[in-house]
Amino acid sequence: MPNAAPTLRLEGVAKSFGPVAALRSGTLVVQPGSIHALVGENGAGKSTLVKVVGGVHRRDAGVVELDGDPVDFAGPAEAKAAGVAVIHQEPASFPDLTVTENIFLGREPLGRFRRIDRRAMREGARDLFRNLGVDLDPDRPAEGLSIADQQIVEIAKAISLDARLLVMDEPTAALSAVEVRRLFAVARALRDAGKAVVFISHRLDEVADLCDTVTVMRDGAHVSTDAVADVTPDELVRRMVGRDVAELYPKVASTPGEVVLRVEGLESTGTFHDVSFEVRAGEIVGLAGLVGAGRSEIARAVFGVDRYDAGHVTVGGRALRPGDPAAAIAAGLALVPEDRRLQGLVTESSVVRNVSAVALRRRRGPRDEGGVRGEAREGPARKRLARLGILLPDAEARLARDWSGRLAVKAGALDALATTMSGGNQQKVVLAKWLATGPKVLMVDEPTRGIDVGTKAEVHRLLSTLAAEGLAVLMISSELPEVLGMADRVLVVREGRIATELSRAEATPEAVMRAATPGASRSDSRTEGVA
Amino acid sequence: MRSVLRRREAGIALALLVVIGVTTAVQPGFLFTANGWRDLLLTPAILVVLAVGQAVVVITRNVDLSVGSVLGLTAYLTGRLFMAAPDLPIVVVTLVAVAAGALLGLINGSIVAFARVPALVITLGTLYVYRGVTLTWAGSDRIDAGDMPNSFLDLGTQQVLGVPVLTVLAAIVLAAVAYYLHTSRGGRQLYAIGSDPDAAALQGLPVRRRLLGAFALGGALAGLAGVMFAARYGTVSSGAGTGMELQVVGAVVVGGVAIFGGSGTVAGAALGAMLLLTINRALPVVGIPDFWQRAVVGVLIIGAIALDRVLANRRSRRLAAARDADPPSASPPDSGAPPGGTAPPGAGPNDREEATT
Repeated sequence: MPNAAPTLRLEGVAKSFGPVAALRSGTLVVQPGSIHALVGENGAGKSTLVKVVGGVHRRDAGVVELDGDPVDFAGPAEAKAAGVAVIHQEPASFPDLTVTENIFLGREPLGRFRRIDRRAMREGARDLFRNLGVDLDPDRPAEGLSIADQQIVEIAKAISLDARLLVMDEPTAALSAVEVRRLFAVARALRDAGKAVVFISHRLDEVADLCDTVTVMRDGAHVSTDAVADVTPDELVRRMVGRDVAELYPKVASTPGEVVLRVEGLESTGTFHDVSFEVRAGEIVGLAGLVGAGRSEIARAVFGVDRYDAGHVTVGGRALRPGDPAAAIAAGLALVPEDRRLQGLVTESSVVRNVSAVALRRRRGPRDEGGVRGEAREGPARKRLARLGILLPDAEARLARDWSGRLAVKAGALDALATTMSGGNQQKVVLAKWLATGPKVLMVDEPTRGIDVGTKAEVHRLLSTLAAEGLAVLMISSELPEVLGMADRVLVVREGRIATELSRAEATPEAVMRAATPGASRSDSRTEGVA
Repeated sequence: MRSVLRRREAGIALALLVVIGVTTAVQPGFLFTANGWRDLLLTPAILVVLAVGQAVVVITRNVDLSVGSVLGLTAYLTGRLFMAAPDLPIVVVTLVAVAAGALLGLINGSIVAFARVPALVITLGTLYVYRGVTLTWAGSDRIDAGDMPNSFLDLGTQQVLGVPVLTVLAAIVLAAVAYYLHTSRGGRQLYAIGSDPDAAALQGLPVRRRLLGAFALGGALAGLAGVMFAARYGTVSSGAGTGMELQVVGAVVVGGVAIFGGSGTVAGAALGAMLLLTINRALPVVGIPDFWQRAVVGVLIIGAIALDRVLANRRSRRLAAARDADPPSASPPDSGAPPGGTAPPGAGPNDREEATT
C-alpha cells in the first residue's frame, strides 16, 4: 500500500439526531487503489457515516480528511465537487426525468450558448451502459424502473462523475448474481485505476470476494480494521454482533393452531405474482427477502391498503373484501407498517390518541364473537370507548394505560406527543394501537428497524409472547438474524414471488439468501406448510 | 414520454381550433373581422404571460396564488410612475414594474425556501398582503387613461403585421422561458426538484436557489403582466387583477402541467390560457347563457386533471407490465466487455457458500 495520505480518513466522527446518537465514534481509513469493506449490523451507524462523508449530514465532532486535507462538506454538492460519489441505500432518482437526464442532472454536457447538448448526453449514457454491460433505454423515464435498474443508473452516474472516492451503501442488496458480477468488475476497474472504493454489505462472502480491507462497526463506533485475508467470516460476525444472540431473540415455544390467515393466488401486475400462504394461530411466520422483492407490498395488499388484480384473502375462514382496510380490521387483521413516522403514528398527537385511534372505529357486533384469542375479547379493547358517538376520555385513557403498561412504553405522560418519544417507544405505541383492536392476525413490517438493542429484545419478547397466547404473526424483516431467531417458518420472497418455504430447522442464513437472490440456484420447490 | 407530452399539447391546440372553428361557423365575425382577429390574439396575452410564470412555479411542486395581487400592485405602480414623471421612457417604467414583481416573488420564494412552509399557504397570505398594500396606496383613487402617455396606451391596441404588440410580447416571453426550461441545466433542475424534492437535496442540487429563481421569475412575469394590463385597459383601480390567480392556475392545469410538479411545459400552459379565454368569449357568441360559461370552465379543469390521472395510471401500468415481461435479472447483458474485465468467470459471490481465507 502506498505511503501517501489515504484517500479518505475519518477519525472519531460523531453524529446525533436529537437524543439518538447514530454515530458515536466513526473511524475509517481508505487507501487509494483499494476496496474497503464496511460491515456491521443494521443500526451500527454505517449509513450515517456514509452520509457524513457524502455531505448529507454534517458531523457533530471528529475529523474527515480527503487525501490528507481536512474537509467539512456543507452539502452533497460540495462532496460531489470534491470527488466523492455516494450511492445511497435507497436510490434517489427523479421519476419524471429520463434515465439520461437522471445520470447527468446538474452536469449536463453543454454546447454553444450553454445549452444542453442532448445528443452528447444521450451518447454518454449509451457509452456508460455499454461499459456496464446493461441494456437500458436512455430515453425512458426513470419511473417504474426496478430497484436493480435504478442502482445501475446510480452507478452510471457515479462513474460519469470520475470520482476519486466511490462509496456504495449496500449496492448488491437487490441485484442478481449477474448484476453483482458486473458491479464487482466495475469496482475492480476503479480500484486498478487508483480510486478508493468503500463497499458496504451484509454479505460477508461478497466482502471476502471483492475487498482488501474490512472495518467492523458496532453501535455507532469502530470495532476493528483488518486485511480481509487475516480475518475469518465467523470472527467478523462475532465482532458485528458482540452479544449473545439467544438473548436478543427470546423464542417462546408454542403449538400452532388452526389456520387464521389464508392468502391464495394473490397477484398484482408489476409487483407480486401468485402469492399463496397461510398463517396459523400461535405461530410466527417470517417473510424474508431482499429490499424491493415485494414483501411490504404483499402485506399492504392483504390488509387492503393496496389493490390486487387477482386472488383471495380469508381471515378465520371468512373471505375478505379486497381494497377495504376497515373490513380487514373488523375481521381481525392488523398491520404495523414499515415507516412508523409516516404511516404508523400521528406524531403530533398524544400517546392516548394514538393508541385509541384504530380501536375507536371498532363497534361491538356479531363479528367480534368467536375470536381466536378468547381471553383478549374480554380485555380492555372490548370496553366501550364512546357513547352515542361521543368519546369517553376516561375509557380512552384507560385503554392507552393498559396497553402502554403491558408494552412498557416509556413516556413522560400519556398525553406526551408521540413525536417527542424515542424510536423504540414510538414503535411500542404503534404496536399498542393495533393490539388494542384485539387482532387475530398481526402483520409487522420491519418491527425493529432503527430502534436500540434493548428495545429490540423487548419487542421480540412481546411478539413471541403474543404468539404463544394464540396470535398469528406475520413478520416482515430484512434482518436475517431476526427472521431466523423469531420465525417458526420462513417464506422467502424473490422478485414478487414466494420462492420457497423453509421450516425453522431448514432456515439457515445460506438457505434464505440463496432463495432470496435472483440468479442464484433456482429451486422453486415449494413445500407446503408444516402442520 | 416526450411524445405523450407532445400529444397532450397537440390535444389542447386541437381543442382550441375546434372552439374557434365552431364559433366562427356560427358567427363568422368571430374570426373574419379585423376586431375578431385582434381580440382572439390580444385577449389571452396577459393571461399567457401569467401562466408561463405560474407553470415554472408549479413545475417545482409549488404554486403562487399571489400573482393577481402582484399584477394589481405593479399595474398601479406603472400608472403612478407615469403620473409622477410623464417623460419617463416606457422601457424604464416597464423594467421598474418587472423588478417590483420580481421582488414580490422573491419574498414568496424566500419564505417557501427557507421557512419550509407550503407555498399554498404563504402565497395565500401574500395575496391579501399585496392587495392590502395596493388598497392602502390607492385608496379610492384610480389611474385613468389621461394619466398615462398616449404612446404607452397605444401599445395596448397597436399591431405589428396584423399581430397585437402585447401578443408579440407574450410570445417572446413564452419562447424565452420554454427555451430556458428545455435547454439549460437550471431548467432541468426545476423539473427534478418538482419530481422529488428529497432526492434533489440528496443530489446536492441548489434547491433553494432554484426555488427563489422560480418564484422571482413568476413574480417578474406578473409585474410584466401588470404593465400590459395598464396599457391594455388604460384604467387601473385598486382591484385590478383580483381573482386572476385562479384563472392562471386553471390555465396551467388545463395546459397539462402536473399540479404535483415535475412535468408539463410552458407551451401547454400558454395554450391552456388561450383555450380558457377563447371559450369564455365563444360561449356567449354561440348563445350559451352566462351561468353555464363558468361551469364549462370548471368542467374543463376537472377534465384536464382526470385526463392527467388516466394518462399517468396508464403509463405506470405499462411500465409495470414491461418490467414483468422483462425482469432486470433476466435481461442478457450486452456483448460489450465490462471495463477492466478483471472478473474471473464464475467468481461471483453466489457461487461461494462460505468464504474461507
